[in-house]
Amino acid sequence: MNKTLAAFILGIIVTALPCFSDGGNLLVKNGTILTVTKGSLPKGDLLIIGGVIKDIGENLKAPEGVRVIDASGKFVIPGIIDAHTHIALSGTNETGDVITAEVNMRDVIQAEDLAIFTALTGGVTMAHTMHGSANPIGGRDITLKMKWGRPAEELIVPQAYQTLKFALGENPKQASRQVFGGAPQRYPATRMGVNAIIRAEMLAAKNYMLQWERYLKDTKGKNPPKTLAPPRRDLRLEALAELLRGNLVARVHSYRADESLKFIDLSKEFGFKIVCFEHIPEAFKITRELRTEGIGTSVFVDSWAYKVEAAEGIASSAAYCTKNGVLVSINSDGGERMRRLFNDAGKTLKYGGLTEDEALKLISINPAIQLGVAKTAGSLEVGKDGDVAIFNEHPLSAYARCEMTIIEGDVYFDRAQYLKEREEAAKQAEEAKKPGGGQ
Amino acid sequence: MTKKILFFSFILCLTVSVFFGAEDEAAYMAIKGARIIPVVGEDIPDGTILIKGSRIEALGKDIPIPPGTKIVDASGLYAYPGMIDGYCYLGLSEIVSIAATNDYRETGRINPQVRATEALRPDSMHIPIARSNGITAALVAPSGGLIAGQSGLIRLTGWTPEEMVIKKSVTMQIEFPGLPGAGFRRERAPREDASKLVTELQDMLNKARYYQKTREAAKKNLLLPYPEFDDKLEFLIPVVSGELPVMISVQAEKDILAAIQFVREQKLKAIFYGVSQGWKVASEIKAADIPVVFGSLNDMPPSWEDGYDAIFRNPSVLQKAGVKIAFSSRSAVSAKDLPYHAAKAVAFGLDKREALKAVTISPAHIFGVSDTMGSLEKGKLANIVLADGDLLELRTNIRKVYIEGKETDLSNRFTELLDKYKSREEKEK
Repeated sequence: MNKTLAAFILGIIVTALPCFSDGGNLLVKNGTILTVTKGSLPKGDLLIIGGVIKDIGENLKAPEGVRVIDASGKFVIPGIIDAHTHIALSGTNETGDVITAEVNMRDVIQAEDLAIFTALTGGVTMAHTMHGSANPIGGRDITLKMKWGRPAEELIVPQAYQTLKFALGENPKQASRQVFGGAPQRYPATRMGVNAIIRAEMLAAKNYMLQWERYLKDTKGKNPPKTLAPPRRDLRLEALAELLRGNLVARVHSYRADESLKFIDLSKEFGFKIVCFEHIPEAFKITRELRTEGIGTSVFVDSWAYKVEAAEGIASSAAYCTKNGVLVSINSDGGERMRRLFNDAGKTLKYGGLTEDEALKLISINPAIQLGVAKTAGSLEVGKDGDVAIFNEHPLSAYARCEMTIIEGDVYFDRAQYLKEREEAAKQAEEAKKPGGGQ
Repeated sequence: MTKKILFFSFILCLTVSVFFGAEDEAAYMAIKGARIIPVVGEDIPDGTILIKGSRIEALGKDIPIPPGTKIVDASGLYAYPGMIDGYCYLGLSEIVSIAATNDYRETGRINPQVRATEALRPDSMHIPIARSNGITAALVAPSGGLIAGQSGLIRLTGWTPEEMVIKKSVTMQIEFPGLPGAGFRRERAPREDASKLVTELQDMLNKARYYQKTREAAKKNLLLPYPEFDDKLEFLIPVVSGELPVMISVQAEKDILAAIQFVREQKLKAIFYGVSQGWKVASEIKAADIPVVFGSLNDMPPSWEDGYDAIFRNPSVLQKAGVKIAFSSRSAVSAKDLPYHAAKAVAFGLDKREALKAVTISPAHIFGVSDTMGSLEKGKLANIVLADGDLLELRTNIRKVYIEGKETDLSNRFTELLDKYKSREEKEK
């Protein structure tokens, strides 16, 4: 019964989505527009044509047939971007092995995950959804737009960085794992082991690259030996070779300042790029190094003390790092927190004293830069994608509620519409309960 | 009796201090110029709060200030009563994943004999963080099993448990078993066992009644045998006699209805905790006159049919139905977030004033301490928060927190660590 009802309501939500009628054309009128990068308009309009922001200004006219959305008294901001979550995947951790660089989140996108819908209810339009932190080298991650109701391929943001997940500290060393008497503990079980296994794997990848270079050189040579055979193709090392070639970038789950510094050393040893340290509650301890190396952080604003390596994760770290030249984004790590990232950004006004724009950047342009999509997303600018969230109050207020979420000029979440449909569905369900009803 | 003693010692202290003319404790202090939000009654723009010792002596627009009064200039600030967390683990938990630091979950199912305040760690790093966000009192409670133990009310200041504890026993915590078919995603116990567990609960209370009766009877009649001591039943006597309320943790609609029936049948004084699907049975909760303490609103809906915003709108629906509501953090590590749960409910329909009440005067009412705290009123304890804005807003900074007339230290683990590493950047610059 419950399942049927759920499917019924879900069906209504999906089929009644107004998004496909707008064709990516919308005019949002009379809202307070917070562009994040180009200042604010107290009462302005935003025109989206063909999914792209065409104009931002006052008294814009809607071309014929373009739907107009009245945003009077409301706040219009760029769609929120979550640089680190694990939604919309049918698997998170490949725990069958310790090094799993060959797995790819692109293969397990679950477009029907309800978390996509709930993310929309929090104004989120894009998310970097990642392999978990069980393995020192996890797998490739994927950046998706929250196009609820669309097939998986349409969710993928192709221009985003191709990223590879690494993990340091308590999770890969399995600190919380119960090891029973006689049972072997998985290697690695220490931070030194985590580093050592990553180094060994990188050396193997380098060796693999040399084997292939030698082979390709030999095949192109004048008299290739008759016995010439290609090296065994290894998809795991292939992924790491891509990292060393610069076609993949590293996203590194790390907590302690020291383990992060040691990983920076590793990246220099092998010459690969770290875009972000993930979570890194101790980032405030190493702002100089992060700034110098140009490495960003993607953090919880104030979740802390859930484990020992998170016991010094202070709430003002995000703001402090921002003020000291580190590119910071605030992430969710999962579906629940994902729908309140604007609340988390609001906390940086108090804890660390960021300005409103600085705080909003943590959930818009900064994650966009970290994902390599700043050209098309992360702020309200002419030429960028029409990804927009509309709030009843200033989004950094504790009283804020997301009213509407728009992706490329299509409305994917509309609270007013949602409430109307819910009421309707409840009525129909009531009817169906009556004798002879619901046939 | 103890009240009388307290009163006389108070008078004695007063006399002594007046006599020697030095003691600061009983002296006057006036907070001037703040917009006073007493929670009970109208706001007073640009008012004065006169404090004598630990209590509010007077408050209003123009009140006479005795000579020699210490003046605190609070112009431009807002004065609120300190907030009360309706259910938390402050002092009972430091690091969530490290069992050695957690003392809120006893082993076994039936533990009425345990008291949360007896595990209280005054030096917990989470207490000053919560306090610096305007929380001055909290219900600290055990959880887990069927009867989890006794909660207690603490003030968020003090060097020892004794200095912190306001009331050592406020409620008996009961985790109501999830019934089969209640349609709730978080199942606390195997569904098949749930009905048995409810029966077990009923049996325990009936045994406690019998235990009490036989003992009373034996006291009066020397011919009757005195019952063997039973540490579980012993501590259920205040519950069955209606002296000690039970706080029943219950979530799903069907379970809430069963819990209401249970409370009625057992004639208990009850408070509900959680009640995620309360909005479905708001009128029944109201009819049973059971107040509700909500858990964290940072949660997904209990079931998808309820809609994405079910947890957020639940407080508003219950409050509008006339149920007395309070918020809680159900946490130690994020106890500071108490006001934001209330604000989230406002975003989804709860009146702002009601939200404020639900973190101040309502929990005070629910826990039976509204005569001394929960609002800014003459005669109440001076638990006062001076803020630069709306108490429930994310951007608001808390400037001063007074607990029972004494200014508290707002530094905490966050500020200590930041200061330490700030010096690193500064050295390098």
